[in-house]
Amino acid sequence: MADKYNAETIITETQKRISNAFDVFDHESNKTVDVREIGTIIRSLGCFPSEAELHDVIAELEEEEPTGFVRYEKFLPTVTKILLERKFRPIPEDLLLQAFEVLDQQKRGHLEPEELTKYLTQEGEPFTQEEMDEMLSAAVDPDKNVILYKDFVSMMTFDDSR
Amino acid sequence: MKGCISPSVHLSELQQIHTHYLFIIMLKGLQSCWDSDGAIDMGCRVTKSNQLQLKACDPAMRAALLIQRWYRQYAARLEMRRRCTWNIFQSIEYSGQQDHIKLYNFFGYLMDHFTSASSQRNLVSQMFRESDMFQDVEWERQFCYKDIEVPDVYGGPHLSFPLTVSIVTELVDAFKNKQKLHARYVLQLLGKTWTLLRLMPNISHVCSCKHTEITICGDLHGHLEDLLLVFYKNGFPSAETPYVFNGDFVDRGKESMEILLVLFAFLLLYPLDVHLNRGNHEDHIVNLRYGFTKEVLGKYPVHGKMILKLLQKIFSCLPLATVIDQKVLILHGGISDKTDLNLIAKLDRRRFVSALRPLTRREADGDDEDVSAGRRRVQSLTHGLTGQSRQELPRHSELHSGSGLTGRSRQELHSGSGLTGRSRQELHSGSGLTGRSRQELHSGSGLTGRSVDEELRERRRLAGLSLSSDSQLGSAEVLESDAEEWKQIVDVLWSDPMSQNGCVPNEVRGGGCYWGPDVTQEVLDRHKLKLLIRSHECKQEGYEFCHNGRVLTIFSASNYYDVGSNRGAYIRLGPDLIPHFKQFQASRSTRELTLRQSVGRTERSALQALRMQLFTHTSALIREFQEYDPQCTGVISVKHWAEAVEKVLRLSLPWRVLRAQLVTSTRDGTLNYQHWLNQLSVIQTHTEIANTSLLETLYKHHSNLESIFRMIDTDHSGLISLEEFHQTWRLLSSHLQTVISDEAIAELADSIDFNKDGSIDINEFMEAFRLVEQCRGVGEDEPAPQ
Repeated sequence: MADKYNAETIITETQKRISNAFDVFDHESNKTVDVREIGTIIRSLGCFPSEAELHDVIAELEEEEPTGFVRYEKFLPTVTKILLERKFRPIPEDLLLQAFEVLDQQKRGHLEPEELTKYLTQEGEPFTQEEMDEMLSAAVDPDKNVILYKDFVSMMTFDDSR
Repeated sequence: MKGCISPSVHLSELQQIHTHYLFIIMLKGLQSCWDSDGAIDMGCRVTKSNQLQLKACDPAMRAALLIQRWYRQYAARLEMRRRCTWNIFQSIEYSGQQDHIKLYNFFGYLMDHFTSASSQRNLVSQMFRESDMFQDVEWERQFCYKDIEVPDVYGGPHLSFPLTVSIVTELVDAFKNKQKLHARYVLQLLGKTWTLLRLMPNISHVCSCKHTEITICGDLHGHLEDLLLVFYKNGFPSAETPYVFNGDFVDRGKESMEILLVLFAFLLLYPLDVHLNRGNHEDHIVNLRYGFTKEVLGKYPVHGKMILKLLQKIFSCLPLATVIDQKVLILHGGISDKTDLNLIAKLDRRRFVSALRPLTRREADGDDEDVSAGRRRVQSLTHGLTGQSRQELPRHSELHSGSGLTGRSRQELHSGSGLTGRSRQELHSGSGLTGRSRQELHSGSGLTGRSVDEELRERRRLAGLSLSSDSQLGSAEVLESDAEEWKQIVDVLWSDPMSQNGCVPNEVRGGGCYWGPDVTQEVLDRHKLKLLIRSHECKQEGYEFCHNGRVLTIFSASNYYDVGSNRGAYIRLGPDLIPHFKQFQASRSTRELTLRQSVGRTERSALQALRMQLFTHTSALIREFQEYDPQCTGVISVKHWAEAVEKVLRLSLPWRVLRAQLVTSTRDGTLNYQHWLNQLSVIQTHTEIANTSLLETLYKHHSNLESIFRMIDTDHSGLISLEEFHQTWRLLSSHLQTVISDEAIAELADSIDFNKDGSIDINEFMEAFRLVEQCRGVGEDEPAPQ
């Protein structure tokens, strides 16, 4: 019995979280959000989808005739499932660190801004210039003009756990 | 597993199945968590869309994918926080503007309730001194600057007239270097501005010549840095670079005076190429509340009141709108379904001194000796009614179409239901100032017991009208047109667009309307206009289109709520009448902050503002919390906390998302609310004031109190007498229908450190209740102590 209560509570709480996050972007208060904000909403709920995965989700959420908007009636069940399923799980800190170390081929313990820029704007699912600039502004150590990725990662993941 | 899912008797079957389904999913999710904990997911999952990635699984690619995926999530969370912060500021700003309603009604209440015998009469007549009956010439003599000497030690800029480009450029430079213009020159400049503005029509018509582009700026709100940034990027105003400034030059920012002086100087230099529209903050009563009055008196202690008086005249002389090529309409707030530019063009805008002050009678009607001011409330709706309909006093519906009221779900939307047994508010509704929440609707204590007829008769008597039928009719005509003109202007200065069709009173601001896309289309088409450009609302990017691109909001005060909160923008409009935007953000420090830091900083401000709001509702919150805590354990669940807070504050914010920031100590999903509320009250008082609810009331109304105190202090000395202080309190408490005893007031007065015989220093009083107000951009950089 206690299990059931907890399960229901978790489900309800999850749905409330989703509803709140949705409302922040529902500018017209008519239970719709711009499709371009879906990524932000889902990620803010703690999911870490890749861009490609996000596109799949959006495709699922859009109307047959895309209107540019997503309705709450569709959003809620789809995203509830995603959250309960823990579909796009967070990336553990040590994994993230490993990723940076892979890019740091000379094993110096840091990366040059140009290097990181090259990787992130050309490989994988490339960053836009704006995304790159934003990341650099947070990542680059102002004195040494390099990215001390170990510090960067711990600082950012600490922030995450707020 | 199935055994655990025994359905509750209250759920419908479908719900049961649904819950069951979700439960399974959840378990699967948990399971897979355990399963794959060891597996390293580098983004090479086998889904349809990832086939591309499957091909190139080299380590660098996989590392990049991981980092990108992680960072995008981080950026999204920041964006969410920024959005929430934004919403907080907007909610508080607009809900704070409801104080205006309170203020207006308080003045009306005062006017209703003083008797000729009571000493309160003097107080009120002080506040509404009808000194505006003088002719302009008289005033010019009053405002004469000639006797004011500029001492040799004065190191600021000098003005000589007629102005030249170099003089004005030097003026701008001086302000850049934080110099102050001497009062003599201020009065001289303002005097000439007033002379010029008097000649201008209500609506300026501008032609964009074949080769010039017109620049349009929105709200500046005392942000001189932003104005200078615009001039830097776009050039000074000139014949080749014409400008339209769309109102709200003053209040909030600290350099409102300088902005006005610069704008007026350019206006005098290029009267055909610089156009100023009036905003809702070009209003002396609004200025009392939002900081401009304080700024002027601070900068000009000796001549400040003269300057303010002259500015009062200038504000009412500012044109109301600008039209470009008869196609683009530019005005500050917006429109309503009743907006009629022909009417606006013809009225006498100078009679409209303040949105928060009743319209005075025309000078021509004479009879102005009896200046027990404020007795003339000539735009009361009742005067327009004939005998039969006196029983029903419809709210607003006379002047608003109230079409469908599909509109905003904001708080209480009043429908046009006839309300008998008037409250004073209904009789005011003709003034165009709308909105009381149902909670605040007073039946006008002391006025009950009178029949409607008696009431009307009394009001007519007070308004100085005779009871003969002829004059009734005559005055009825005058009054209806006054009411109409009043509404036209208030709508232009205070309205906001909404996305739903229709036109409803703007309850949030307390004046003007919310108007929909259908109204835009109808009004613009009726006047053969293409586009409406307005300001009045802060936008994150400095500008925003709505209503299918026919309404454009432009806002030029960057970092309006706090550093990093928003950009400013301006428009360049060429002969093709297609707007081009330039955005900017002042303050070097913004650029140096990382995204995370600037979001964090603005967020802290917003949260502090929110904490203040919560504090002012302490009593109501406790009552609400106790509903959820019948055993008085002092503890409630977080879920109930969110529900209670939403109910009491009536601010539609994502409380669950905010909860983590506002309630720091929770345990097992519960919190101790008393403890939390105590923590909220970070009040710095110099005195020991035991009575918490007095404190709350004081804080809740502190902005209004300040406005009222400053109005009483007519010689702007910064002091009001103890007796006046008491009287104001008594009136306020009876108006609010809360009990604030004379003893409590006396105690309060005693405990404040006033050392001027029998006078209270307004500033000291307000300081004694200062909460850390960093959200109002008072210039502090340190975050509030948590």
